[in-house]
Amino acid sequence: MKHFFLASILAGALALPAYAADYTIIAPANPGGGWDQTARSLQTVMQQEGISGNVQVQNVPGAGGTIGLAQFASQQKGNPNALLVGGYVMVGAILTNNSPVTLKDVTPIARLTGEYEAIVVPAASEIKTMGDLVEALKKDPGAVSWAGGSAGGTDHIAVGLIAKAAGVDPTKINYIAYSGGGEALAAILGSQVTAGISGYGEFESQVKAGTLRLLAVSSGERLPGIDAPTLKESGLDVVIENWRMVAAAPGLTDEQKAAVSADIEKLAKSAGWQEVLKTKGWQDSYLSGAAFDEQLSKDISATENVLKDIGLVK
Amino acid sequence: MGTFDFLLQGLLVAVQPMNLIYALIGVTLGTAVGVLPGIGPALTVALLLPVTYKLDPGGSLIMFAGIYYGGMYGGSTTSILLNTPGESSSIVTALEGNKMARAGRGGPALATAAIGSFVAGLIATLALAFIAPYIVKLALVFGPREYFALMVLAFVTVSSAFGDSTLRGLTSLFIGLTLACIGIDQLTGQTRLSFGVPDLLDGIEVTTLAVAMFAIGETLYIAAQGDRGPDKVEAVKGSVWMSAMDWARSWKPWLRGTAIGFPIGAMPAGGAEIGTFLSYATEKRLTKHPEEFGNGAIEGVAGPEAANNASAAGTLVPLLTLGLPTTATAAIMLAGFQQYGLQPGPLLFATNPQLVWGLIASLLIANFMLLVLNLPLIGLWVKLLTIPKPWLYAGILLFATLGTIGANPSVFELGMLLAFGLLGYVMRVFGYPIAPVVVGLILGPLAEQQLRRALSISQGDITVLFTSPIAAVLLVIAALALIVPLILRARGRGQVLAQLAASED
Repeated sequence: MKHFFLASILAGALALPAYAADYTIIAPANPGGGWDQTARSLQTVMQQEGISGNVQVQNVPGAGGTIGLAQFASQQKGNPNALLVGGYVMVGAILTNNSPVTLKDVTPIARLTGEYEAIVVPAASEIKTMGDLVEALKKDPGAVSWAGGSAGGTDHIAVGLIAKAAGVDPTKINYIAYSGGGEALAAILGSQVTAGISGYGEFESQVKAGTLRLLAVSSGERLPGIDAPTLKESGLDVVIENWRMVAAAPGLTDEQKAAVSADIEKLAKSAGWQEVLKTKGWQDSYLSGAAFDEQLSKDISATENVLKDIGLVK
Repeated sequence: MGTFDFLLQGLLVAVQPMNLIYALIGVTLGTAVGVLPGIGPALTVALLLPVTYKLDPGGSLIMFAGIYYGGMYGGSTTSILLNTPGESSSIVTALEGNKMARAGRGGPALATAAIGSFVAGLIATLALAFIAPYIVKLALVFGPREYFALMVLAFVTVSSAFGDSTLRGLTSLFIGLTLACIGIDQLTGQTRLSFGVPDLLDGIEVTTLAVAMFAIGETLYIAAQGDRGPDKVEAVKGSVWMSAMDWARSWKPWLRGTAIGFPIGAMPAGGAEIGTFLSYATEKRLTKHPEEFGNGAIEGVAGPEAANNASAAGTLVPLLTLGLPTTATAAIMLAGFQQYGLQPGPLLFATNPQLVWGLIASLLIANFMLLVLNLPLIGLWVKLLTIPKPWLYAGILLFATLGTIGANPSVFELGMLLAFGLLGYVMRVFGYPIAPVVVGLILGPLAEQQLRRALSISQGDITVLFTSPIAAVLLVIAALALIVPLILRARGRGQVLAQLAASED
């Protein structure tokens, strides 16, 4: 019985919104994924750095974050203590799911972290360079199978952009969607597919151990410490970054928005956050205010175009 | 230093009194939260991980291992006692375990689950320590076509668990397969059967369906019977401990369950449930007491529980050797490891041997603590069944609802829980088995995705499904499992007919 008692207390703590919290962070995904890890890192650092005394994380999983987004927009309206973690994947998911609630219905505060895409092949593959891969793609797009994350996500979009830049019909790409980076990685390591695409962090230890060959990264400039050309150097005009952001509730006053922005800026500049970025291998891509708003709308329209090209959005 | 030296060193650290206490706290917390239906190991670990941050690396690793194994084990207790599987991998346990509990054999059921989990955990953890690099090579050979063949085998074998009527079993299975179609199609990103409801985009959560069908459906069924229903529940009949007979019938299923669960857990797309399904089907085929299956056969608890825990250790194989988090739980563990500067990947065993062996030693200790915690509690747990029925089922409703809301705070989810509860009730009333619905929901999408992936990679060439040796062998086994019982049955009937004919003389 003791267990049931304990369990019921814990469940109670889970089920009820914690009114004592200074901030409640909604992670619109299941525990374990990138957004959940971002939310839980925010929680730790905010408490550590004294930005907020008590931070709660709540998981509202589903449909590329659009379920959490919709719930956040309707339930937290005007609440200055609620935050939502989101990112580039959400931009695509809003479009592919035809979500009635978009990022316009919340208050984007800042971009926090980013990760560039990496294109890899198994070490035993005959493909040695990005040029070889593009060659094969041009010859028969269907014969080049790509393993990556969920359909319509960053990985899929990146493959569409690569095909387009190489002059190949993006609707012809043979993209094999896996539910997560791990499953996709297993398929690449087992040589089940021709090539793999995902965030560099997913492949890093394999590349270092020599089991995967890194062909290119999707950044604008070469990345420090990573021995691989950019897609641009390989003749493909593609730069894509899988970023994560934090947003506040809709309907905030300017003062409230400024207060949240100040807290997030303090967090992004703190030593604790920099430490988190280092251990997790995330790039610091902090961008806020008008600059972020502008970048966001640019990303949204670019994504819409490519999703139409791949045929995922009508 | 060699493998053994590292392991011994890790064990020496782990058996310090303070660390033993951390291990005990870890398994207690893990079991307590894991007991809640709807809250699986992933959420348990995510919730409790921050607790470990305040300790030194050794202590936190040990507590963490305790939480992991505790969370994995927690679900089986409620499965057996309350017919409320806390997570998808303890669904099969409910089938026989709850029947045993109602026949007054809850004690032996819990004991065989606890000891089976211990034995499986011990063997699998040692296997993790010594043969992980070989297992992982095998796991990587599994591509989409091999997985598809494995799913076909799973479908064929678990259909034996569908009760007496094949038609009713298949009907239930197809309800599950239909439910599995709901949501975003993973390979194309298009929505299916969601009728514009955003909450359905991610499909039906397995734990929600399982908790609704088993716990809510059962509660409604009991409530509908009112006082007329026979009071079948008998708290304790005979000893709460396992008899010599129970031991004799349990040890082989434990070992077989381990042998099935560990490699399947190590496969990147395996999943703990599939091991438990296959183990249950195996035990049903091999048992000397087939008449007891469906009425509380101890083998049906011992095997799947061992498979469940062995696959928990199996999950760590790709995580530690490749840095591949293959389940949500593993992904959270990865985050946990990063706290100690441990970067799982192919070089981990070479670069961080102390921490890896420390972790493996911690897992052994946690496994042992789980047994220490659970065996003495069995006497207490079975007393739960003596609670008057209205209170007991009211409690089950409460915990089922709390667990579902805790895992996903959404009104829609709660509505689904109740709707599926009603479905479960109706199916019970008309004598349709419940388990195939859940099996369909779990296996359906896996089989579909792997088949489509295989065909997509081969660009539509269907022969690819049979040309891989592993896939071919698995398909042949599946075909045999389907055909042999038919032949046996036909021959059996022939003998009976012959006897009848003879006696007419």
